[in-house]
Amino acid sequence: MKFSTLIAAGFALAASVSVAFAEDISGAGATFPYPIYSKWADAYKKVSGVGLNYQSIGSGAGRKQIQAKTVTFGATDIPQKEEYLNTNGFVQFPMVMGGIVAIVNLEGVAGGDLVLDGDTLAKIYLGKVKTWDDAAIATLNPKSKLPSLPIIVIRRSDGSGTTFNFTTYLSAVSADFKKSVGAGEAVEWPVGIGAAGNAGVAANVMQTKGSIGYVEYAYATQNGLAWTDMVNSAGKRVKPNLSSFKAAAAKGDWANAKNFYLILANSPGEASWPMMATTFILMYAQPSDPAASSAALKYFDWAYSNGAKMAEDLDYVPMPDSVIAQVRSAWKGIAK
Amino acid sequence: MTTISENSKNLDMALSNDRARVLKSLVLSDTLFSFATRAAAYAVLLLLAGIIISLIVGAWPAMKAFGFEFLVTERWAPQLEPEPVLGALAPIYGTLVSSFIAMLIAVPFGLGIAIFLTELCPHSIRRPIRLAIELLAGIPSIIYGMWGFFVLGPFLANYIEPSIVAAVVNIPVLNSIFSGEMVSNLSLFNASLILAIMILPFITAIAVDVFSTVPPVLKEAAYGIGCTTWEVVNNVVLPFTRVGVVGGVMLALGRALGETMAVTFIIGNSFKITGSIFAPSTTISAAIASEFAESEGLHQSALILLGLLLFVLTFIVLATARFMLMRLEKRAGA
Repeated sequence: MKFSTLIAAGFALAASVSVAFAEDISGAGATFPYPIYSKWADAYKKVSGVGLNYQSIGSGAGRKQIQAKTVTFGATDIPQKEEYLNTNGFVQFPMVMGGIVAIVNLEGVAGGDLVLDGDTLAKIYLGKVKTWDDAAIATLNPKSKLPSLPIIVIRRSDGSGTTFNFTTYLSAVSADFKKSVGAGEAVEWPVGIGAAGNAGVAANVMQTKGSIGYVEYAYATQNGLAWTDMVNSAGKRVKPNLSSFKAAAAKGDWANAKNFYLILANSPGEASWPMMATTFILMYAQPSDPAASSAALKYFDWAYSNGAKMAEDLDYVPMPDSVIAQVRSAWKGIAK
Repeated sequence: MTTISENSKNLDMALSNDRARVLKSLVLSDTLFSFATRAAAYAVLLLLAGIIISLIVGAWPAMKAFGFEFLVTERWAPQLEPEPVLGALAPIYGTLVSSFIAMLIAVPFGLGIAIFLTELCPHSIRRPIRLAIELLAGIPSIIYGMWGFFVLGPFLANYIEPSIVAAVVNIPVLNSIFSGEMVSNLSLFNASLILAIMILPFITAIAVDVFSTVPPVLKEAAYGIGCTTWEVVNNVVLPFTRVGVVGGVMLALGRALGETMAVTFIIGNSFKITGSIFAPSTTISAAIASEFAESEGLHQSALILLGLLLFVLTFIVLATARFMLMRLEKRAGA
């Protein structure tokens, strides 16, 4: 093939690609909802012909992208406060929820064999409970034979919405944790090994005997990792599954949450799973490209109406109908 | 006759005219060439200045907020309200210690391999070994990271490190350097070992090249007066090539200081100075790689400041290397 032909072919390819992307919805942000966003997008493309170009680059990076107006929507696992939304002219709404679980690697321990409470989990992540046969763990698990192995704490090395939700929970249940570490996307961990991403934490726990980590529930099930049950705020032992996640989600007081600012940590209720994460969408109230903006809204609208089953298949919790109605009315604030 | 002589005169003139024209065009192309090369060289300087300036601009808020404290603070607490507390001591420590251990392992191994290849190795296996070492240099750093994460780290943590810990448990200083409190797949030592493997090809390749510049007559003379191989290497080859060897070692050190992806995978990313090399740690480049994307405000500025520090650190290492080389050359010349 001649060089000039190659160049021509290259231009043709570039042109066809840019045409194909021209009508796609563009978004960027959180990695946590990426699997469900892309699953919805596949199904949505079949019915509407409109695709989604979503860069799962992390919540913080997603917020920067939408601020720079390089994408039509940003996705963040951390709800943004009113001041931030008003400064940037953003509308915020929740898209889907999920549970966070503690995962362990101990010989002979399968998913649900152990139970932890918030205070013990906080002490582990503070480095105060150092071995698996510590009294704090032993009293919660009188029937399990716990080894005298040191606990190897695994946590995120990158800033993360999962860390934000996890540390928010630990701060809610342990005054000590709140005082010495606090809640945030990236915090000053007193102990532990840092791994990148949910997948990194899962892989590390899988590799390391005597380790404990925290991941989104889907990562635990997909990797066959042993999760622990939790004692919730009502003092009941609960298992991480769709029904306990839904129970926790149902306790969220969305109706009174301005701009949907709500963190589902340590939800009340006997059946509620204590560690939850909600992922949010940020869009401009006055978009510079109203056509792209309404195309994105159509996709979200379709996902709310038709996506619940797909979300549950991937262990996400769809938003309750009442919240969806609330979101749809909030969309009136976005200029068409 | 006259016509012939005139003709030849004309021809001569024509020739010299031609030559002048050709020479002129040569001068032109030479000027253009020199201009182009000069522009390329200056562009690099400009680029370097641009990078330094943008690093300083980006790091300015952190410099203003933390000042000199940044260099001596071990805490890294980006979440603290109202102002985060951020210090570079832990990443600087991790960078220096991991590079130091890597050099400690890679320099003797690399030079040993080079000596074997140039002095002792049978011809038939010289090429395969050289090829294998050059291939090591071609492996992308992310592959080293994955291999370290899935294979080397678990192997060291399960089979090697516990016995080292057990062996030194009663020896005062060693038992804190090789402390067993936090032995896991991801640690400062594991990262250093990966680094050593990564920089080994650089040291070996350069050493092999400079060792083969030793004039055979020198070595033959030494052998002729009854020197052993060790004596030849120690008294002829190494003194003759030390400038090149030091250069290669410094190049490798530069790479070790800045290596990012493989280290981020296996160092454990913990901002703690423990004194134990089996504990997780972090380096400047690993800290930037894992936190930059999700950072904002002062946190991001502090990460840029870390980058600037790495720049300065590498510059100091290279400048020291230059200085040492200059002194070596002077002494060799005297």
